[in-house]
Amino acid sequence: MPQITYVQSNGERRSIPVSPGATVMLTAVANDIPGIVAECGGAAMCATCHVYVEESSLALLPPVSEVENEMLDSAASERRTNSRLGCQIAMPDGVEELVVHVPSSQN
Amino acid sequence: MEQAGVVIIGSGQGGYQVAASLRDEGYQGPIDLVGEEPQVPYQRPPLSKGFLAGKTPAQELALRSENFYPDRGITLHRAQRAVRIDRTAHRVELASGHALNYAHLVLATGTRARLMRVPGASLDNVLPLRSQADAQAIHERLQTTRKVVVVGAGFIGLEVAVVARAMGCEVHVIEFADRALKRAVSKEVGDFLARAQANRGVAFSFSTSVASLIGNGGKVAAVVTSAGTTVPADLVVIGVGVEPNAELAQEAGLHVDDGIVVDAQLLTSDPAISAIGDCARFPAHFSPVPVRLESVQNAVDQARFVAARLTGKAAPAAEYDKLPWFWSDQGEYRLQIAGVCSADDDVVIRGTVSQGKFSVLRLRGERLTAVESINSPADHMAARKLIAEAVTVSRYLAADASQKLAAAVHLP
Repeated sequence: MPQITYVQSNGERRSIPVSPGATVMLTAVANDIPGIVAECGGAAMCATCHVYVEESSLALLPPVSEVENEMLDSAASERRTNSRLGCQIAMPDGVEELVVHVPSSQN
Repeated sequence: MEQAGVVIIGSGQGGYQVAASLRDEGYQGPIDLVGEEPQVPYQRPPLSKGFLAGKTPAQELALRSENFYPDRGITLHRAQRAVRIDRTAHRVELASGHALNYAHLVLATGTRARLMRVPGASLDNVLPLRSQADAQAIHERLQTTRKVVVVGAGFIGLEVAVVARAMGCEVHVIEFADRALKRAVSKEVGDFLARAQANRGVAFSFSTSVASLIGNGGKVAAVVTSAGTTVPADLVVIGVGVEPNAELAQEAGLHVDDGIVVDAQLLTSDPAISAIGDCARFPAHFSPVPVRLESVQNAVDQARFVAARLTGKAAPAAEYDKLPWFWSDQGEYRLQIAGVCSADDDVVIRGTVSQGKFSVLRLRGERLTAVESINSPADHMAARKLIAEAVTVSRYLAADASQKLAAAVHLP
């Protein structure tokens, strides 16, 4: 089964089996993954589900929307080229693993 | 007898967050989270948006999975109502007859929808929107109704209008005030959002109230307005605001004044009892009188504050002072608000209203008090920081949307 792997800033990894279409944020919340706050519940209003997508997974995702782009600029942890909001990215079809790194701070 | 811990009454966003943050902060005593609803704690914002439209499934509303509570040692009492607080014995009595002892009690009882007191208000298909069950009931009726009347042009009213219209219903919004969102935002933003819905075919009657509801076979059939107009309706959604659930506190002898009154540390008039979120009235530096705010941010930040205080993680005598922020999704328009202003604060427009991407800056002298942003998340996020820092800005520079908002800040 495909899986989303969450890597914490201390290196701890957890992989959650998911179906295609599962979002990085909802999967994290449902499985009590630390560090994904998701205060607004997935409306792209708060930028507290910021993740760094592993380079190998990055090209699999749809591009950043204008709203996501502006919100990412204001995320608590530094924005990098592989920054995304977890509520805006979902497990793509036909992919075995999506790897994301959780920043040390979301607030 | 087991050691008394923290009892939280109310399992909405605030109550859930107190429990979760207590564990995050290392609290090891018992936590009892008592809620009247049958579900695990869930988010309310999607109830008037994605959930109402049928796009957000019920399981996505849950704040955390069912397992979260036992895994974290949080005893979740679902479908349980607290009926009495015995402050002398430090005990909460539940409707089931069960009682819970507390070392500290947190009241996160939230609000309930205000109902209309007009003839016909108890007819079928006249519904408020506060709980998941309310939203489910409205969603089901929207499948078959054609004519929807929404009473109230506040956040709930406008969001319901957006969804009902998108589902193909005729929608008529009746508002007592002379414009939309009068309590919440500037005239510029309120008019913009109402106009956007009017352009989609939603009818508005402002400065109008409901005189009565006419039924047919027990179901609502029409709304009679204060202007004497009869508006046909097979569904009426009531969005005329909420009332704080403060009776339990009042009966326990706590200070209550349209909300449970707390001090800057969010303690009630009993130092063993805190109150947070929609039900709490607290002192705020941005207001001359204590305020009660209805928002996710307020519930979450106050919950974290109380958890930090109870675990000794906050500085002694620390005062709650988080900047309020709010949001609303209305079709293609996203409204984000940072800060709370006074009705008479000045208005400066940044960006182009006709392009649907702008912010309304509210200023008192040169000090930024609030920013209401339509489809301008960068302005909103910048404003949260700038208002919290109590900056002063140049109006001229702040109005120039080609520059970042922060560029308008006066250097100290």
